[in-house]
Amino acid sequence: MRNYSVFSLAREALRGHKGWAEQWRSPEPKKSYDVIIVGAGGHGLATAYYLAKEHGITNVAVIEKGWLGGGNTGRNTTIIRSNYLYDESAGIYNHAIKLWEGLSQELNYNIMFSQRGVMMLAHNVHDVQVFKRHIHANRLNGVDNAWLTPEQAKEFCPPLNISKQARYPVMGAALQRKGGTARHDAVAWGYARGASDRGVDIIQQCEVTGINRDAAGNVTGVETTKGTINAKKVGVVAAGHSSVLMQMADIQMPLESFPLQALVSEPVKPIMPCVVMSNTVHAYISQSDKGELVIGAGTDQYTSYSQTGGLHILTHTLDAIVEMFPIFSRMKMLRSWGGIVDVTPDRSPILAKTPVSGLYVNCGWGTGGFKATPGSGHVFAHTIARDEPHEINAGFTLERFRNGRLIDEAAAAAVAH
Amino acid sequence: MLLIHCPYCEEERPEVEFAGAGEAHIDRPKDMNAMSDAEFEKFFFIRDNPKGVNYERWRHIHGCGRFFNAARDTVSDKFLTTYKSGEKKPEVATQKPVQGAKK
Repeated sequence: MRNYSVFSLAREALRGHKGWAEQWRSPEPKKSYDVIIVGAGGHGLATAYYLAKEHGITNVAVIEKGWLGGGNTGRNTTIIRSNYLYDESAGIYNHAIKLWEGLSQELNYNIMFSQRGVMMLAHNVHDVQVFKRHIHANRLNGVDNAWLTPEQAKEFCPPLNISKQARYPVMGAALQRKGGTARHDAVAWGYARGASDRGVDIIQQCEVTGINRDAAGNVTGVETTKGTINAKKVGVVAAGHSSVLMQMADIQMPLESFPLQALVSEPVKPIMPCVVMSNTVHAYISQSDKGELVIGAGTDQYTSYSQTGGLHILTHTLDAIVEMFPIFSRMKMLRSWGGIVDVTPDRSPILAKTPVSGLYVNCGWGTGGFKATPGSGHVFAHTIARDEPHEINAGFTLERFRNGRLIDEAAAAAVAH
Repeated sequence: MLLIHCPYCEEERPEVEFAGAGEAHIDRPKDMNAMSDAEFEKFFFIRDNPKGVNYERWRHIHGCGRFFNAARDTVSDKFLTTYKSGEKKPEVATQKPVQGAKK
């Protein structure tokens, strides 16, 4: 792999940019691998990358039915934060933040991580109490989060409307200064490049149609549209399609897949200095480096695999945005899209071994998986390589829905779902 | 937005009049205390979440207010049929099942 640097850029500029190589290989699948990862999104590619880098397991295939980073990795609103309530969540999301902070250097790939701050607005007494509770819990867990008055919130984000005349006036805000955004595609591409360089085969346009097991029930590989591929260990990282994949190994999951929509405006000059989220009026917004306002909506109310949702969800979201930011009322929206998110009953992910020997699952990230990408891949690689969870993901089991050790983060999500 | 046929009102109405209420035909247990943890998990948490025909409950909350059931294709989001609560699961043309794995 050629290192990207100012010198390589200068050299290629002089040569008419004819020397750039492809960033990752596109090989045909081999007959067998040590580990197969199903799903080449951010989490799957990060898993493969850390398997190769930290555990020396390089005979790995990442199998993707579409193109890499084409699912929720390329469809989310790129928000990164770690101000969750419980210890387990603080552990994994803060682990991710620490990895985000060095990721551009580690991958030699500019993922444009920008710690511009994530501000969550409180609009009623209940919000104020819940956010203050979160701030206290976060402080105990070493997660940065601070309370702002409406005036301080306005100072941090000048376009914000803090008028007392608003339908739901701002009563304060919780600010995580270490939160922010990153370029979602670059995260997938950077991990793909790093993994491929270490020997991982990324096989796109190849759909997994079955999970094979031997007579004793151990995983032996997968059936795909490009034939049988053998492996003793298979990690399913399939987001909205996790239920479908796990059904192939006769495991029924505690998951439901919902459409989640987002939209972007026409590009304008920099105006939003941070990320603003509101549970109560139900919207979140930031500005991309291209200048588009990036706006996220809530889930639709029905399960679906269609990657589209209802238009009324978007209009409802824009109502809320205009309520918080009257200055944006004449902005034109350019594009909207949907992704399929796999939601667990307690809104926390599942990163675990399964009842089937050799089968591992990383799913249930629901409406907020992007922020965890590096941390999730890092501990999931550990889980697969050692056949036991890392201490950080030890609580995110599949069994918790049977033994009752839930990690209930329904209140920590930015949008109702 | 979906157009949903309410089997009680006997007309198609826009989705905003309705509240989705999750998977249908899950029997509420008669004696929860007697259930094993596995049975409770299955009742309370495990969902079919099919890619294809989903049997689900809806409530015509801004209309007649009644619960009813529907069969809907989760790939096209198209309703195949709606029917009253208590009626048996109707047979509908199902999507091709996923290709079988070798066991």
